[in-house]
Amino acid sequence: MRRFLLACGLSLFALVAHAQTAEPVAADQALEERVMALSHKLRCLVCQNQSIAESDADLAVDLREQVREQLSAGKNEDEIADYMVARYGDFVLYEPPMRGSTLLLWLGPLVLAVVGIGVLMLRLSRRNKESAPVLNEAQRAKARALLEKDDNNGTQA
Amino acid sequence: MKAKFLVPLFLFLLLVGFLGFGLSLNPREVPSPLIDKPAPDFTLARLDNPEQTLALADMKGQVWLLNVWASWCVACRQEHPVLVALAKRKEVPLVGLNYKEVRGDGGIDMRKVAAENELPMAIERARDWLQSHGDPYDVSILDINGRVGIDFGVYGVPETFLIDKQGVIRHKHIGPITPDALRDTILPKVAALKAES
Repeated sequence: MRRFLLACGLSLFALVAHAQTAEPVAADQALEERVMALSHKLRCLVCQNQSIAESDADLAVDLREQVREQLSAGKNEDEIADYMVARYGDFVLYEPPMRGSTLLLWLGPLVLAVVGIGVLMLRLSRRNKESAPVLNEAQRAKARALLEKDDNNGTQA
Repeated sequence: MKAKFLVPLFLFLLLVGFLGFGLSLNPREVPSPLIDKPAPDFTLARLDNPEQTLALADMKGQVWLLNVWASWCVACRQEHPVLVALAKRKEVPLVGLNYKEVRGDGGIDMRKVAAENELPMAIERARDWLQSHGDPYDVSILDINGRVGIDFGVYGVPETFLIDKQGVIRHKHIGPITPDALRDTILPKVAALKAES
C-alpha cells in the first residue's frame, strides 16, 4: 500500500514536471494510439484521480497490458470497457453510463441551471414592474422641498 | 418573509451536512460488481506443491474465504495475526491467493529476473514469509502474473472474498481484516451461508 502511495506521489511530481504519460510499449503505432486513447477513459483504482494511462501504479501497468492484449486480439473498445466494468464496476469509467441511478448526476447540473436562470428572470421582470412609482403634484412638491432643505443643511455645516 | 435572512444560513447548514456525509465515506472502498456473481474461474499452482493445482471447482460445496496476500504487502502483516487466530478456530476454510509475489514487489527490478526464475523465487519468498509469520491457510495458490487478481477485481492487497457453496461471491472485505470486522461481519455471514442448503 505504501508503495502505491509513493508511486502516486512520485507520479504527481512527474505530472508537474512535464505532464508525461506512460511510455508506449508496443511497436505498432496505430495499436498504441488506441491503447492510450482507451486507457485515458479508464480510472486507475489505486491512484483514483488518474487514468490508467497516466498512472504508474502496478495495477495500472497491468491493466494497460490487458487493454493492449485484448485490442491486438481483435476486441473493440466497448468490449474491453465491459471487461473492466465487470471486474471493477462503473467506477472504472471516467464517463459514467446513463441509467436510473446516475440520472441525477447527468441531469442535475442542467436542472440547476434552468431553475437558476428561471428564478433570475422572474425576479428581474418583477423588479422592472415595481420601479418608478408615479407621484402626484403634491407629492412632487414635498419631495422637492425636502431635497432643497437637505442641500441647504449641507452648505451651512 | 421576515425569516428571509435565515435562507443563507439554512443553505450553509445543508452544505455542511453534505460535506460532513462526504467525509464519512471512504473513497478507497469501491463496491465490487462481483458480489452475488459466480466467482471467476481459476486453476493455479499450489504453494505447498507447485506440481498440483487448485481450481475453483475443487472448493464447491464449501463456504470458504479467499484471502489475497503477498510477502511484500505491508498491510497483510497487520491482518496476519487475525487470520492465524481465525485458522485456529477451524470454522471456515481459508485459501490464500498469493498475488504477484515477485513482480508486485517494488524493490525488485523485473528486468534482472529471468523468466524461468520467477516461479522458484516466488515460492521461496512466500514459503519463507509464512514460516516466519505463521501459515493460516489451508492452501495457498500462486498468481504469479496477477491475472486471476484482475479477474477478481483486486486493486489493493489485502482483500478477502467470502464464497458460498455454489461458488458465488457473497462478500468482499477490502483492506486488512480487523478483529471487529471478523467478529461482526465475516463470521456471522459465514454461519448464515453454512446454514444455506
